[in-house]
Amino acid sequence: MGQNSSFEPLKPVAPRTRAVLGVGFFVLFIAVWAAATLGGFIKPLFLADPVKTFAAGYRLFTEYGFLSDIGITVYRVMGGFVLAMIVGLPLGIAMGAFKPIEAFFGPFVSFARYLPASAFIPLLILWAGVGEAQKLLVIFIGSVFQIVLMVAVIIGETRRDLMEAALTLGASRRGVVTRVLLPNASPQIAETLRLVLGWAWTYVIVAELVGADSGIGHMIMDSQRFLDTGQMIFGIFIIGVIGLITDFAFRAINVWLFPWYAGR
Amino acid sequence: MAKLTISGVGRIFPGVQGGPPTTALDPTDLSVEDNDFITILGPSGCGKSTLLRIIAGLDQPTSGFVELDGNRVSRPGADRGMVFQSYTLFPWLSVKQNICFGLREKGVPAKEQDDIAAHFMEQVGLTAFANHFPRMLSGGMQQRTALARALANDPKILLLDEPFGALDHQTRSLMQELLLSIWEKHRKTVLFVTHDIEESIFMANRVLVMTARPGRIKADVPVSIPHPRDYKIKTSPAFAELKEQLTEDIRVETLRAAEMAA
Ligand SMILES: Nc1ncnc2c1ncn2[C@@H]1O[C@H](COP(=O)(O)OP(=O)(O)OP(=O)(O)O)[C@@H](O)[C@H]1O
Ligand SMILES: [Mg+2]
Repeated sequence: MGQNSSFEPLKPVAPRTRAVLGVGFFVLFIAVWAAATLGGFIKPLFLADPVKTFAAGYRLFTEYGFLSDIGITVYRVMGGFVLAMIVGLPLGIAMGAFKPIEAFFGPFVSFARYLPASAFIPLLILWAGVGEAQKLLVIFIGSVFQIVLMVAVIIGETRRDLMEAALTLGASRRGVVTRVLLPNASPQIAETLRLVLGWAWTYVIVAELVGADSGIGHMIMDSQRFLDTGQMIFGIFIIGVIGLITDFAFRAINVWLFPWYAGR
Repeated sequence: MAKLTISGVGRIFPGVQGGPPTTALDPTDLSVEDNDFITILGPSGCGKSTLLRIIAGLDQPTSGFVELDGNRVSRPGADRGMVFQSYTLFPWLSVKQNICFGLREKGVPAKEQDDIAAHFMEQVGLTAFANHFPRMLSGGMQQRTALARALANDPKILLLDEPFGALDHQTRSLMQELLLSIWEKHRKTVLFVTHDIEESIFMANRVLVMTARPGRIKADVPVSIPHPRDYKIKTSPAFAELKEQLTEDIRVETLRAAEMAA
């Protein structure tokens, strides 16, 4: 028993064990980091030690108004992402449900999906300047095609027999879409949005490294000029923390919204 | 006039990856009267599901046509309720919401929906599970819900594709009695596909035996055991005689199906 029986495939772990294990790796990670830097194995110029990093972080908040940088970055990510959702969700659903629409948009979306959002930055600066519109557009371009494609696939994979059951119960075309395809796909769509939001975070930082005067990315860029690895690492660390929080929030919302969903 | 008329309905599926096409169903004629309870027996792969799907409007015949009350069937509709061979409850809806699915689609007032759902949940013994999701139900409970869902819609004809196929013998017997008692009360026209000879006799006033693929109706056997029936009739001489006859009929076809596969 004990050890062996915990390692059954797909067997869930108790919430407590789960929390301990999850926190455990963070502790290990910081311990290795501390050992490598404080132990003198890595030069401080390349990698600040944990103590310096968190001290730099404290100063960022108290002296440099880092909170407003975080605020503006979160605003950019969410703004671009919500725009991408507004366009991507309906289009993806329409493509998944109706094959002629998929045939029309599908190839273009597949093509556009491979265009790296960061490569658009110089062009977008030309078109939209270095203001907020440009930042939002980078996120939008980076997210929208992914959302469209993944949502179309999820909707298209709806079990045929569920749709047929609805038809024999008298469901109209509209009824099939709104009362079968959509609710059936919702949990997986929510999961997809969670993933794409993660990618949106990588685009926003790139957008802020070039032509921005605020935001977490801009702060990291600034710190590089002063070779302040502590600040740089702290900036990256904060992005991770925000990602972690949104992930947890998303998951909690999904569990709450889709109690019927067993595929977790 | 017959309730349901099937005229020369055949179905040929195109070949898979350059293979020869499959004739699932040879052109078939069948006339179903109002309130008939017809069971369809046949070896696996003989086109029983195909026939039911064509009647439901989920599949199109390659030849012939189906008429319900004199109207050509061309697409699925609420007038033909179906319980599928696989589990098809909507996982995101509770038992009660599943049962109300068709009613909501029709725009039946909420109060009336509640009453109808309550009635059929009681009929199939699931009142205590009204708010459970399908994944919390056993297979038998899911099929009972599916049956209630089809009945709640009050279709003109009920198409049942081995609804009890996955259940153990005891549960299956209970479900048969349940369905029969509902039929005795509500009087519906039913087409019921099954592999089980006893089940086919117990439920039906007509048993159709189909040949091995390509399916065709080989025998049309009336069952004149009076209603109400209970499980005790399964040991009566009349029942045994029918069972023997049908066992022989089916055996021949199953052997042929096995030969074809070899
Ligand atoms: N979509 C399809 N494409 C090609 N062939 C099909 C298709 N659906 C069914 N068939 C073929 O049609 C034949 C009849 O299938 P059907 O599902 O009607 O059999 P059945 O009598 O219901 O069998 P069972 O008792 O095992 O459920 C089978 O041989 C099958 O291979
Ligand atoms: Mg079948």
